[in-house]
Amino acid sequence: MQPRKLCANFSATKEQAALKSSPDSLDFSTRLKALRQCDDPQEAAAELRRLAHLDLEYLQVIQLARAFDDAVTALPLVRLAIVSSCTVDHLTAGIRVAGLRHDLDIRLWCGQFGQYRQEVLGPSEALKSFAPDFVLFSMHADHLCAGIPVDIGAAQAGQRIDQRVGELAAVWQAARREFGAAVIAQTCLNTSEPLFGNYDRMVSGSPYRLAQLLNDALTDQARKDGVGLLDVARQCARDGLAAWYDHARWLQAKMNISPTASLGFGELLSRHIGAARGTARKCLVLDLDNTLWGGVIGDDGVEGICIGEGSAAGEAFLGLQRYAKSLQQRGIILAVCSKNEDANARAPFSEHPDMHLSLDDFAVFVANWNDKAANLEDIAERLNLGLDSFVFVDDNPAERARVRESLPMVAVPELPLDPAGYVACLANQGYFEAVAFTADDQARSAQYAANAQRGLLAQSLTSHDDYLRSLDMRLRYGAITPVDLVRSTQLIGKTNQFNTTTIRYSAEQISAFIEDKTTMTLQCRLADRFGDNGLVSAMILTRDNRDKKTFVIAIWVMSCRVFGRQLEQEMMNIAVKQARDRGVRFLVGLYSPTAKNAVIRSLYSDFGFELEPASTDSSDGQQRWRMRLDDYRPISTHIAHEE
Amino acid sequence: MSTEKLLARLSVMLGELLGDDSLQLTMDTIRSEVDGWDSFNYINFIVAVEMEYGVKFSIAEVEAFSNVGEIVTALQTLIDSK
Repeated sequence: MQPRKLCANFSATKEQAALKSSPDSLDFSTRLKALRQCDDPQEAAAELRRLAHLDLEYLQVIQLARAFDDAVTALPLVRLAIVSSCTVDHLTAGIRVAGLRHDLDIRLWCGQFGQYRQEVLGPSEALKSFAPDFVLFSMHADHLCAGIPVDIGAAQAGQRIDQRVGELAAVWQAARREFGAAVIAQTCLNTSEPLFGNYDRMVSGSPYRLAQLLNDALTDQARKDGVGLLDVARQCARDGLAAWYDHARWLQAKMNISPTASLGFGELLSRHIGAARGTARKCLVLDLDNTLWGGVIGDDGVEGICIGEGSAAGEAFLGLQRYAKSLQQRGIILAVCSKNEDANARAPFSEHPDMHLSLDDFAVFVANWNDKAANLEDIAERLNLGLDSFVFVDDNPAERARVRESLPMVAVPELPLDPAGYVACLANQGYFEAVAFTADDQARSAQYAANAQRGLLAQSLTSHDDYLRSLDMRLRYGAITPVDLVRSTQLIGKTNQFNTTTIRYSAEQISAFIEDKTTMTLQCRLADRFGDNGLVSAMILTRDNRDKKTFVIAIWVMSCRVFGRQLEQEMMNIAVKQARDRGVRFLVGLYSPTAKNAVIRSLYSDFGFELEPASTDSSDGQQRWRMRLDDYRPISTHIAHEE
Repeated sequence: MSTEKLLARLSVMLGELLGDDSLQLTMDTIRSEVDGWDSFNYINFIVAVEMEYGVKFSIAEVEAFSNVGEIVTALQTLIDSK
C-alpha cells in the first residue's frame, strides 16, 4: 500500500494553521491560476511560499514547482547539482517546493543514472557551465557495497568499506576543485532485507551491517574533508523504510529515494543549505505558563504549578525545559517572553526545586503585560539579533496568531494541545539546523549572559567612554590559521549584519586564502572583565590584480555581540599597519548592501575611504571605497593588545 | 466507481501533472498521443494514481499497460478488491 500522505513529519504546521483560519482561503488550483497573473516578484514569492507550506499532495507539489519555474520571484538563488549512482530527476519538484519554504530558489542540475564519476571527473561540460554552488552526492548502499562477500572478516569489511568511501571521496574532492562548489554527502538508505534476521548486525559481511559500516565511514570521511552531511538514513529510521523506499520504483526506474519522499528529501536538503548560508535560527523565546510548566503562576502560586518528576504532565513540561537547556548548551540563545508580573514569573526558577532551567540560562527575561510582538522586538534589540533568527514557543493559539500576523519573520511552531508533544513539535521543524559545532558555540550562552551584565554596567556608568574603559578589553589577533578555520568559516557563513560582502566563503576557499602569499588574513579574539568572547571578527584582503600596491578587503565580518566596542577601529588600525609593513599604499573596501547589513553602511566612509565612481562591470550594486594609507591616522580605542 | 468517473478523474490528474487544463483521456488513448507523457511522467502518473486511490499496481501491469483503458480496468479491479 502506498502512503497516502507525503512525509507527515515535515508538514509545516505554521502556515497551515494560519491559512485554515483565513475565511477567504481559496482552493489550491484557483490560487495557482491567480499566481500566473501576478507580476510583482515579492507578492509572487510570498504567495508561492504560503502555498509551499500547505499540506500538499503529490501532484500539487509538481504543479507548484511548475508555477515556481514560471514565476519571477527575486528569491536568493542556489545552484545545486545532484550526482548519483541512481535516478534522481524525480526529486526536483520536491526540492524546489521545500526550498520555497526556506525562501530559497534552488535551481537544479540532475546527473544521469550511475554517471556521477564521469560527470565530475570528465568533467561534464553541462555541469561545468551550470556552475553549481553545491554538489550533492546521492548514493545507494548496494552500489558502494557491491561484491563484498558475506563471509568477510570484521577487519577486512572495515578496510573494504573504507576503500570504497575513499574512492567516492576522491570524486567529491575533484568536484570541489573542479567546480569550486561546497560538497554534500548523503547517507545511504539501508534497504537490505534480513539475511540472518536478528543476527544480521553481528555479521560484518551481511548487507545490513555493511550499510551501517558504510554510513559510519561516509560520515567520518565527510567530517575529515569538511563536506556537509545530508542524513537521509537517520530520517528514514524515524519515518520507516516504506516512507522513503519503494522497491517497485527501484525496479521500474532505478529510484532509490521514493518519489513520495521527494518533499521530505527537499526539506532536509533545504535545512542544510539554509544553515550553510547562515539562515538557521539562533534564539529560542519561551512563554512560561502552560509552556514551561503546567498552570498559571499568578493564580496557582509556586506550590500549585505542575512541573517535575512524579506526574506525566509534570515530566512533559520538564522535557521541554531539558530540551531547551540542551539547545542552550549547543549555542542557541534562550529568552523568556511572558504575560506575568515580573516577580511572579521569576519565582519558580528560584523557589521551585523541580525546575530544570534557571534564570541564568536566559539571556533576556521579559515578563510584563505588553503586547508579545512588541516584547519580541525589544528582546531582538537587546540581543542585537534579527527577528528572523527567532523561534517563539507559546501554548496560547491567540498569542501565536498575533505574533505571526505582526512579525511574519518569527518562526512560530503550532504546538499541540498535549504537552507530551511539545518537544517533538519543536525539534522536528529543523529550526536550529547546524553545519558545525565549535568551542565558540559551547561558550556562547556564557557570553550572552556576560553581555547582559555588560548592559547593566553600561546603564550604571554615565558615558559610553567610561563604560568602554571599565570593560578592560584585551585583544588577541593574527592571521587566520588552520585552527581558526572552522570558526572563521562559521562566522563568515552566519554573520548577516556586520558583513561587508556576504560572500559565503567555504572552508576550502578560506584555506586557499591562508596559503596564498598575496593574500592577507586577519582574525581577532576579544576578552574583557566579564569573559572571553572568542573569535569575533575576520578580514580577508586580496591583492588587486591591476595594482600590487593596492589591497582589497574582500570580506570583513564581525559578530554582533561586540558591536559598539571600538573593535572595528582597532582592527582597521591593525590592518593598516600590516598593509603598510608589506609596502601597500591603498586599501579598497568592498560593500554590497543587503537588507540586513545597513548597520555598516557608513563603515568605510567613517574611516576616510572615498567612494569610487561606479564601474561598468559592477551591476550588482557593489560599492568600492578607496583610501590612501598615508592619509590614515590610527584611532585611539580602549582595547589593549595581548600576547 | 464507474469507468466514466475514473476516466474523468484520471484526465484531471494527468492534466495537472502535465500542466494541461483541457486534457481529455479516452479508453483508447495511448501515451504517445499525449504531449509530454514520457516514461518519466508515466511513473509520476502511476505514483499519483496509486496515492489517490490507496492501491498498488503490480510491476508487470505497469510494464504492460498499452492504453488508458487498461489502466482504468486494472484500477477498477484493485478498488473493487479493497
